[in-house]
Amino acid sequence: MNTAYVSATYLLSCVLFILSIRGLASPETARRGNILGMLGMASAILVTIYSPVVGEYAWLFGAIAVGGIIGTWFALKVKMTALPQMIAAFNGLGGLSSVFIAAAEIISGSQTRLESSLGLLIGAVAFSGSVVAFAKLQGLMSPKAIIFPGQQLLNLILGLSVAALCVFFILSGRNDLFYILAGISVLLGFLLVLPIGGADMPVVISVLNAYSGWAAVGIGFSLNNVLLIIVGAIVGASGTILSYIMTKAMNRSLTSVMLGGFGAETHQSAKGGGEEKTAKAGNPQDAAFIMENASKVIIVPGYGTAVAQAQHVLKELAGDLRSLYDVDVKFAIHPVAGRMPGHMNVLLAEAGVPYEDIYALEEINREFASADVAYVIGANDITNPLARTDPNAPIYGMPILEVEKAKTVFFVKRSLASGYAGVENPLFFADNTIMLYGDAKKVTEEIVGTLERK
Amino acid sequence: MTADIWMLLTILVLACFVGYFVVWGVTPALHSPLMSVSNAVSGVVIVGALITAGTPEMSTHKILGLIAVVLASINIFGGFAVSQRMLAMFKKKKRSHEEKK
Repeated sequence: MNTAYVSATYLLSCVLFILSIRGLASPETARRGNILGMLGMASAILVTIYSPVVGEYAWLFGAIAVGGIIGTWFALKVKMTALPQMIAAFNGLGGLSSVFIAAAEIISGSQTRLESSLGLLIGAVAFSGSVVAFAKLQGLMSPKAIIFPGQQLLNLILGLSVAALCVFFILSGRNDLFYILAGISVLLGFLLVLPIGGADMPVVISVLNAYSGWAAVGIGFSLNNVLLIIVGAIVGASGTILSYIMTKAMNRSLTSVMLGGFGAETHQSAKGGGEEKTAKAGNPQDAAFIMENASKVIIVPGYGTAVAQAQHVLKELAGDLRSLYDVDVKFAIHPVAGRMPGHMNVLLAEAGVPYEDIYALEEINREFASADVAYVIGANDITNPLARTDPNAPIYGMPILEVEKAKTVFFVKRSLASGYAGVENPLFFADNTIMLYGDAKKVTEEIVGTLERK
Repeated sequence: MTADIWMLLTILVLACFVGYFVVWGVTPALHSPLMSVSNAVSGVVIVGALITAGTPEMSTHKILGLIAVVLASINIFGGFAVSQRMLAMFKKKKRSHEEKK
């Protein structure tokens, strides 16, 4: 096949990839978009295999088959709750792939040392960072921020030595430097993600996603391949924008997230001294009674919903309130609820909650004032009014769901413990708040049971 | 080569703009699928891997390339399959005023 065909097909693939992302503008076009993405990928792969630069097929098809079977098997087998770590894992493998390509380029004596080093560096950080993110999300290691003295200094030194090694390698072309560079980059990726704790995971996953895109750009430059550059740039832009959205939703800078430490120490914010505060506890039967007499209920799910697998029973709750008691039920989702961007949306979609019933922060906030009940389940920091009132709180300035404006607020929680940010939530002690202690799923099941008994 | 690098940089910058506008158009409800789709799409480095692994004779170079092909295919197939599963859940459903049990 001649090179004009190859270029034309790459162009077609680019268009298909852009359309595939474009399809995600709405749930109606999203699946078609995903299929266009698959077509784009299939044509890119086939035309590359049959292009003049490739002289052998059997091994290539074999390798694709092996990877394809492994990938598909995991993707079909994974539980929907394990999605964040699944995405982290795939992302890491993509990064590692860039590392191997860069290494192959270098040992074959390629002169594109700058581009290959960039591909190697970013790919290696994406790989090892994803490994740590995976381990934290999968529960293989503590999801808490891991901090040790001198950590930031160490990372700084490693970062500088990576930069210095890059320069030396590019100037000298000594392959041993390249391997050291690879090693230190992997180490740097590990160390960068270690100090980042659970609730900052949406940011980390987005950043790593961006890295795998920028790594592809580096490889694209090193191989002079326009397709890789275009697609890498789009993926890089996507990850970067998601990171921006996530950090903005927490009112934090990307640097402060990446430097980590958030939630490692419990913050003694300007809390009014040691006076004893009491929270009102209620039982599911009371909650059921109040909800069935309400005209509007807003459900606010957080990560705890995912942990307790409470999404299905939440759907039942909404359905019962609507059909048996004619209550207007809405779901409110904070952008950083959960462990990856859009986590709660996927969770509720899995339970079959129609997406028209789900509202984003800015759409729903004004509605809390007219709501009779806010049912907060497994969420804490994203509702904490200190974010608006206490300039000393670490979460100050973070946009929150203003649940306190509802007539009655139910918090389903195991205890009064602070949330991830280590800030006490004054809402627990508010007059209109009733705490429902216990497992998110069990408590909601009991409410549903009471509602259905009548 | 110098002319080439400017052409590639031009393409890169323009592609960043395309990415910027397309990604801002994605509805926040689909941010998880966006990550997994873009993740699968970033597996396009497989093209580089195939070129690297496509040499007729066996060598370290080719072996590294083949490993890269396997890794990138896991990323691609896994990413698209997971996205498809996720997106299947976002099908439009009639709000069910479901029957009493």
